[in-house]
Amino acid sequence: MIDGFLALYIFMLAAFTGKEIIGRVPVILHTPLMSGSNFVHGIVLVGAMIALAEATTPLGMTIGFIGVALGAGNAAGGYVVTERMLEMFKSSKDKK
Amino acid sequence: MATEEMLIWIAKASYFLAAVLFILGIKRMASPVTARKGIVQAGIGMVVATLATFAITGGHNIGLILAGIAIGVIPTWLWGKKVAMTDMPQMVALFNGMGGGSAAAIGAFELFKITDPGHPLPPMVTIGLAVLGSLIGSVSMTGSIIAWAKLDGRMDKRFNFPGQQVFNFLILAAAIVAGLALVAWNVQPWLIVAFFALALAFGILMTLPIGGADMPVVISLFNALTGLAVAFEGYVMNIPALIIAGTVVGAAGTFLTQLMAKAMNRPISGVLFSNFGGGGSGEAIAGSQKSIEASDAASLLYMADKVIIVPGYGMAVAQAQHKIWELSQALIKAGKEVKFAIHPVAGRMPGHMNVLLAEAGVPYDLIADMDDINPEFKTCDVAIVIGANDVVNPAAKTDKSSPIYGMPILNVVDSRQTIVIKRGKGTGFAGIENALFYADNTRLLYADGKEAANQLISELKGIEGGGGRARPQACVRGVDGGG
Repeated sequence: MIDGFLALYIFMLAAFTGKEIIGRVPVILHTPLMSGSNFVHGIVLVGAMIALAEATTPLGMTIGFIGVALGAGNAAGGYVVTERMLEMFKSSKDKK
Repeated sequence: MATEEMLIWIAKASYFLAAVLFILGIKRMASPVTARKGIVQAGIGMVVATLATFAITGGHNIGLILAGIAIGVIPTWLWGKKVAMTDMPQMVALFNGMGGGSAAAIGAFELFKITDPGHPLPPMVTIGLAVLGSLIGSVSMTGSIIAWAKLDGRMDKRFNFPGQQVFNFLILAAAIVAGLALVAWNVQPWLIVAFFALALAFGILMTLPIGGADMPVVISLFNALTGLAVAFEGYVMNIPALIIAGTVVGAAGTFLTQLMAKAMNRPISGVLFSNFGGGGSGEAIAGSQKSIEASDAASLLYMADKVIIVPGYGMAVAQAQHKIWELSQALIKAGKEVKFAIHPVAGRMPGHMNVLLAEAGVPYDLIADMDDINPEFKTCDVAIVIGANDVVNPAAKTDKSSPIYGMPILNVVDSRQTIVIKRGKGTGFAGIENALFYADNTRLLYADGKEAANQLISELKGIEGGGGRARPQACVRGVDGGG
């Protein structure tokens, strides 16, 4: 188990990172960025997979299965949608 | 044994790599030039982390895991591939809700695990974070689903009943009490079920009264909440990658939510707990709305040197972005300066209009933010407002009794002439009259956005081809009608 204070430090540093990263994003990228960060929290899939692997009871397996399916949906859907949006951003110089 | 340790080491190293790739990926999304690479990078991180997880799970329930992934990935992937660009906001809401649900499921799993006989009781902090992550994740899930249903037009605008806020507050309070009981008193199955039922119900109840125009803020908020829920469950599951990715998203999302709320000049609490249009309706506006035909509007455009186009949610509804760009190209070809002015909260997500214009092929250097474009309206000959309403209403500056007073707006009213493309005489989302529509130099072109753009394009061609048809007259007539 991660030491409580170590976790708190990780939390604090990651929070600052998150704020700093978005502070420099132009408004035109806010939607793709929101969508992109939506994809990134799809990492929850990993937690759900580990939970499901641990499950031994029918209840545990059901809950774990739901978690895996939802997490996978978050990751896959978030990726496709973000990638499609970003694909469209082109400057007038890129055009032939 | 040694191989197993090595696999776990590889998995942990992969999680670290994934965390680095996520942060670099999000950072690259900060510039239009590298944004595409950024999401691909984050995607690689996700694949690495998922594959590594198979190494630690040691093949337990592998069939179930693979089936769960397949059920999650295949439909969302296919759906995400074919959904129209205008529907992106609700898709983001839906996928976000799934993430929240997944975090809540992890919390539920951990809590039910404690109820197994003989299972050691984890430290209170662990139970506390499992409960907190579950609460936030559940609210984010059902709330996002309601947001999706509203944006997708599956649910009628707002749902209000007397005493709603008190009722919602009581549900939330009950959920918190149940959560505290789990942490401090005892982890009982019935209590876990009651806790989740209350948390899920609160997500629905808090989102029901919120209207469509506030959805950008709400989706952004739920996105941040899901991030936090993931971070908390990451602590419970002892996976630092979840803590880092979840926290980064939570912080970025919170900051983005604040930016958006500021752009609307509404505190976040105002978005969540009060309704637009619930207060006064502002001063009555003297004068009348003056309509214009497409042919006369095209004449105005033909004579203009500088045209600013202001798109709003109506453009998305009409799917008019391609036609609008076609019109702009015709104007640019005729030697006119054309720019697009985007209000920060135009549409249903921040930057929603930018995405649609980009889809149509508008280069991003023609698209200007509110602060950059506002001084330019004074030198603009014709402003075209398509499907935008409240974000161009000068009452936000002049009428203290207006519900939107104080909201930053695009200064379209400064433009020499304004053409408003609108389907009918209805008010905007806030339910208030728009003073801009009654201004002497504003003309309303009543038509569907796509249809109107089409007409303007062909009229413009007619003018260019036929040397103009009575355009000064058209202009004079318009002004006379203004009275």
